[in-house]
Amino acid sequence: MTVSTAAPAIETSGLVKVFGETRAVDGIDLTVPAGTVYGVLGPNGAGKTTAVRMLATLLRPDAGEARVFGHDVLREADAVRSRVSLTGQYASVDEDLTGTENLVLLARLVGHRKPAARERAANLLAAFGLTEAADRQVKNYSGGMRRRLDIAASILHTPDLLFLDEPTTGLDPRSRNQVWEIVRAVVAHGTTVLLTTQYLEEADRLASRIAVIDRGKVIAEGTPGQLKSSVGAGAVHVRLRDAAQRPDAERVLSRTLGVPVEQDADPVALTARLSGVETEAGAAEQASRALAELAHEGITVDDFSLGQPSLDEVFLALTDHPATTEKETAA
Amino acid sequence: MSTATAPEATTPYVPSAETLGAVLAPSEQPARPGAFAVSMAFGWRAMLKIKHVPEQLFDVTAFPIIMTLMFTYLFGGALAGSTGEYLQFLLPGIMVMSVIMTTMYTGVSVNTDIEKGVFDRFRTLPIWRPAPMVGYLLGDMFRYTTASVVILVLGLILGFRPDGGVVGVVAGVGLLVAFSFAFSWIWTMFGLMLRSEKSVMGVSMLVMFPMTFLSNILVRPETMPGWLQVFVDVNPITHLVAAVRSLMSGSTDMGEIVWVLGSGAAFIVVFGTLTMRMYNRK
Repeated sequence: MTVSTAAPAIETSGLVKVFGETRAVDGIDLTVPAGTVYGVLGPNGAGKTTAVRMLATLLRPDAGEARVFGHDVLREADAVRSRVSLTGQYASVDEDLTGTENLVLLARLVGHRKPAARERAANLLAAFGLTEAADRQVKNYSGGMRRRLDIAASILHTPDLLFLDEPTTGLDPRSRNQVWEIVRAVVAHGTTVLLTTQYLEEADRLASRIAVIDRGKVIAEGTPGQLKSSVGAGAVHVRLRDAAQRPDAERVLSRTLGVPVEQDADPVALTARLSGVETEAGAAEQASRALAELAHEGITVDDFSLGQPSLDEVFLALTDHPATTEKETAA
Repeated sequence: MSTATAPEATTPYVPSAETLGAVLAPSEQPARPGAFAVSMAFGWRAMLKIKHVPEQLFDVTAFPIIMTLMFTYLFGGALAGSTGEYLQFLLPGIMVMSVIMTTMYTGVSVNTDIEKGVFDRFRTLPIWRPAPMVGYLLGDMFRYTTASVVILVLGLILGFRPDGGVVGVVAGVGLLVAFSFAFSWIWTMFGLMLRSEKSVMGVSMLVMFPMTFLSNILVRPETMPGWLQVFVDVNPITHLVAAVRSLMSGSTDMGEIVWVLGSGAAFIVVFGTLTMRMYNRK
């Protein structure tokens, strides 16, 4: 089994998984270069988890091929398992056990003898800020602590490829930032990370390439910059003090931004989707010009914001349908 | 125990690239552990679960005591003339019944684990595949031994006097625990196959009641109608009880022991294979 070092971390072609009537994954082709963070972006039920589970050898593909570092996920499942690790959407740690016990168990399962296993567990707990909670049962951990322990468990045997399935869903902003920092440190160390997420912002901040998945298919792929410029750099949201001024404001915005302006359901609110700007700086410059123009015309603005395109907006732009949430069918 | 989540440390955790880098640094990778070592690690996990949730030992302590008292005093007078006489006959059988009935909790724990993500982690590890299942069973062997000892002690207090002595009794318990290990593979299979804990329990009742009651545990098969004797004679539990009784009474019946070991091996081959097939397909 000779695998050149240049083998991509992940390579799939025509990957399919069917659950009953649903084609959860419907012909996915992906190439994930080694040593990077690769984002898989999509709403609930898009097939992200199912795809990850096939790559992590937890589900058998119904059709197509998938290779991890050149190893086929079906025929060489064991070789794949020795190089990957999965942090699932639901904490993949034992809630009845303490933090230490969880990590010692895993360390022993990868072959450490008891003293070495204890040392490895203690070092990991310290690096993840869990020393104080080491001897408490995991069921008493907060969401953020649980997620950190989960990631610590995943990197215990220093995998070459780490699957993070929606690692920040349900976390508070501070815990989310901690997870982001951890992901950066992990990838800086040469580990490839495949990250699934529902948040464009998260994929944008961490990933060097992103695949957008909808209804089991890849509908767009590229760098975050390419993806955003295909969608538009974001939207300007304005709230006026006086509803009577809305027609004037609409005219001013449409003139300065050069895009159609939408009237929101709220009688004092307007939204303009920027297009033709590729960078955040460009979008900010346009937005500040629009704000100055509004003031110049004597229109009182209560609230003015420039938002990144949301996943909904990405979806609207790419698929002409909103990011509907279907029931996740992954088993 | 408080159900509230523990508050974060007073100083919030700030991930540091250096400390994280240190634990990620490729150190010497240990050699891949063998089947025995990983099975023992999973067995250790099962013991830790007992340590953290000791209430779960209720079914191997209180339940056997109730079974023994109930059947001894309910049937003793009617079936053997006195409860003391009946106890000599009943005790090995009631021990088998209690232990065999607790085997189904293996299925329940497999089933509840699957619901949680920790099962996914085990399944993505490059380890001997049956190890997590064997681990459950190793923990359960501790439970079976506990139940056997509880019944034995109660029996001795009530007047059970086995002629086989210490050696015979220990051999009898050993055979029972070994057979239960083999028999439990039925439950790992159902634990993987069925969707909920409740359905595992439902199926287990369907299997357990005929297997334990339609045997030689409570009454001698000679008193039963012929068609029922046919079933009782092929029921592996009947042979297990006969073998355990023979060991404890000091009149070792090698034929029955061979029967028990043979059927135990068959359980492992058939249900172990089905379990692993489902485990890999899950």
